[in-house]
Amino acid sequence: MSAIGTPALACKPGDYKSDVKPIWCPGCGDYHVLMSFTRAFAQLKLPPEEVVVVSGIGCSSRIPAYTNCYGFHGVHGRSLALAAGLKVTRPDLTVVVASGDGDGYSIGGNHFLHACRRNIDMTYVVMDNHIYGMTKGQPSPTTEPEFDTALSPGGTGVRPFHPLVVALASGANFIARCFSGDPNETASVLAEAIKHPGFSFVEILSPCVTFRPDESAWKDMVHTAPVPETSDQGKAARRLMTDDGFNLGILYRGSRKPYRPPVGTTSIDLAELEKDFEL
Amino acid sequence: MSKAPDAPKVASLNDLLAVAYQIEIDAVDRYKLLADQMETHNNPELVKIFRDLARAEGIHGEEIRRLAGDFDVVAHAREIAKFKRSESPEEADLGSAHYLMTPWHALQLSLGGEKRALAYFTSIVETAKDPKVKAMAAELVEEEAEHVNLVNRLLLRYPKPKDNWADDLDPPVSQE
Repeated sequence: MSAIGTPALACKPGDYKSDVKPIWCPGCGDYHVLMSFTRAFAQLKLPPEEVVVVSGIGCSSRIPAYTNCYGFHGVHGRSLALAAGLKVTRPDLTVVVASGDGDGYSIGGNHFLHACRRNIDMTYVVMDNHIYGMTKGQPSPTTEPEFDTALSPGGTGVRPFHPLVVALASGANFIARCFSGDPNETASVLAEAIKHPGFSFVEILSPCVTFRPDESAWKDMVHTAPVPETSDQGKAARRLMTDDGFNLGILYRGSRKPYRPPVGTTSIDLAELEKDFEL
Repeated sequence: MSKAPDAPKVASLNDLLAVAYQIEIDAVDRYKLLADQMETHNNPELVKIFRDLARAEGIHGEEIRRLAGDFDVVAHAREIAKFKRSESPEEADLGSAHYLMTPWHALQLSLGGEKRALAYFTSIVETAKDPKVKAMAAELVEEEAEHVNLVNRLLLRYPKPKDNWADDLDPPVSQE
């Protein structure tokens, strides 16, 4: 995080929204996530021009276009790589990365591990709906094994990925889970995630009303985590391993030092470098 | 999920007017968003309904502003009228929207919002210590009760659709 609280003029949440109208399905949880983004930015008084929202591919990854901040709608699964490059070269910017469970955990799964490990100061938000929505309903890494559709008859039978456990084991410095249907609480958690130094991971359960209408039941299933957040990795691991998938709140807040590469002039001459690439 | 009351503290008449104003403005924004969604998904009947509802809530907001006289209710609302955990009472539930929803569904969303606003102002009447706040909250209760009745009357024009209202002959689930 950077630049928090510096603007002369405080922005309202609406000031972070662009004029582009979202084309998500009505009822999609991502509308609420967009609200949470803008509310969190307003809460932190971030100047829109000092925030960059980076994404990959998928319904959730459309979010940069709907904000008035800088944005980078990147390639599938590579949002974290793009964001890491940006953040190490422009540490003054607040970098928020948006992804979905397909983009983030499958195509971008490897980047996820190493982003947690590197602990660069940025916030990774994954809108998890347990399905590939944009490509019409294929099972994703978080889809339940018994989820039965024409595309996965009888279910995949494959154990779902546990993103929060993976994040903890890989070194993420802040881990939280939110529900899109509670945009104010989600905004508060996002604000905490952005403020926290290092790599912050926020999973947002965001129902897909079109391909997973059963997820409308999530609003009655989610609940605040019964124990307060911890900074103890062992405790966090036990809690996350026994988690029912619907505990909400900040679940782990670590104190690892964020990775910051040395900043300064390079001894490599650009002309020399270009020569190496000459055909 | 915890939906514990987290409404802004209403300690004065100005606080109450600011919160009441904000509730109407939040409802306007939500209806506009729903209208935009319906526009994107080519449901023109619902676009009109949501735009009408937005207009109606906007008029209510303006009425409250007038009621506040010289007091800058807009600025005060920005300061104090924040619902921390729950959404603003009159905001229609975004999660219940559907691209094939009918006027009945839209009015159900509206009815839900009006009832939540009614319950909210009723709770102020019941808990307020300041007689001026209590009296104004009672007026707002009357107003919201009127809106509930109005939506119920509108619902008479739009009977509940059949159970298959969401059937799409060209469904997005094209691979099923």
